[in-house]
Amino acid sequence: MNLAEITPGAEGVFAVFRQETKNDPHVHVGDVHAPDAEMALVLAKEQFARRDPCVNLWVVRYADIAATSYRDADMLEPSTDKSYRFGGSYREQQRVYRRR
Amino acid sequence: MTVPPEAADEPEQLGAFEARLAAGDRVEAGEWMPARYRAECLRLIQMHANSELMGALPEREWIPRAPTLARKMALVAKVQDEIGHAQLLYRVAEDLGKPRTQMIEELIAGASKFHNVFHYPAETWADVAIIQVFVDGAAMQTQGSLRSCSYAPYARVLKRICYEEDFHIRLGLDSFRALAEGTPRQRAMLQDALDRWWQPIMHFFGPRDQVSPHLETMMRWRIKVKTNDELRQQFLRQFVPVIQEYGLRVPDPDLRWDETAGQYRYAEPDWEEFRRVIRGEGPRTKARLELRQRYHAQHRWVREAVARWALAA
Repeated sequence: MNLAEITPGAEGVFAVFRQETKNDPHVHVGDVHAPDAEMALVLAKEQFARRDPCVNLWVVRYADIAATSYRDADMLEPSTDKSYRFGGSYREQQRVYRRR
Repeated sequence: MTVPPEAADEPEQLGAFEARLAAGDRVEAGEWMPARYRAECLRLIQMHANSELMGALPEREWIPRAPTLARKMALVAKVQDEIGHAQLLYRVAEDLGKPRTQMIEELIAGASKFHNVFHYPAETWADVAIIQVFVDGAAMQTQGSLRSCSYAPYARVLKRICYEEDFHIRLGLDSFRALAEGTPRQRAMLQDALDRWWQPIMHFFGPRDQVSPHLETMMRWRIKVKTNDELRQQFLRQFVPVIQEYGLRVPDPDLRWDETAGQYRYAEPDWEEFRRVIRGEGPRTKARLELRQRYHAQHRWVREAVARWALAA
């Protein structure tokens, strides 16, 4: 599914992604209506980059964004216990290690 | 744009929806929702969007007359934020099924509502300070509470809106302080503005909620998070001290803190006036709508130029 299909009426809508510094990811901050990408960037600059720091803007047509459905959020849930992937799970071992 | 036909709410779907909300889950634009939930969210967000757009007008009148360049720049930034809020909110509202152009047309035709406070004149420079501190301060109570609204796209834009409203209150307090610590004439002007704005601000939150199945549903669906009087009390606790700190007079002689009840007692405002104003019979309703209509017509060429942009390239 693309976002335009999920969101009826969103033809002509561009999602806006702002990057605060080169060290940050681009983050979806909102949308603009525009006939093309160039105009979308003009409008996005005015609405989403007039105060907050910004080094780069992306605009992407809703129709060009493929998305999972919230209905299927289950499939993103880990199927097994994933605590072994988190450092916090290893505190006991660290204590043992430091004691030596 | 067409609204997808809304199937009559299946009891089974409704049950699953209610269970999701009860578990703290939030609703996204493309998902199934009861027709009434959709309608109530649209009504709330459209009214909020209208209010941002109309709310820019009273202060906008003071941009050319701001007393210093610094105040003028701050005011321009503030007014621009309000228009930006309208853009964010109409974008959220239209995903609930009503095109943005239709919402703008309804607004300028006087067919949809906006907040009572924006139907009043901004007579002096002190009104600007009072609006920024107390009107934005009142709006902040409602909007702050709605950040936990169940309709996720609304809750998300409210984060940015509240951040910017906080800036408006801060710059308002700066103007407020300058006038409150100024000459006797400046203090008198500030007190006069406060006197005139007090009742509309008390009105802002709406009458005390009556217990009703409607209210109960709105709270359960988290389209409303706090009752009108909870929000009014929260506002009074935060802003009555600001008035007192600068030795100004609270315009309600009956206002007092009730220690045992843990809340403010206040004189009941004239609710008849409130109803008149939100019906569109406020002192400045007609003039403000006419201004919007005039600019809407005047700016037609801009909208057309933007739409033709891609063709011209």
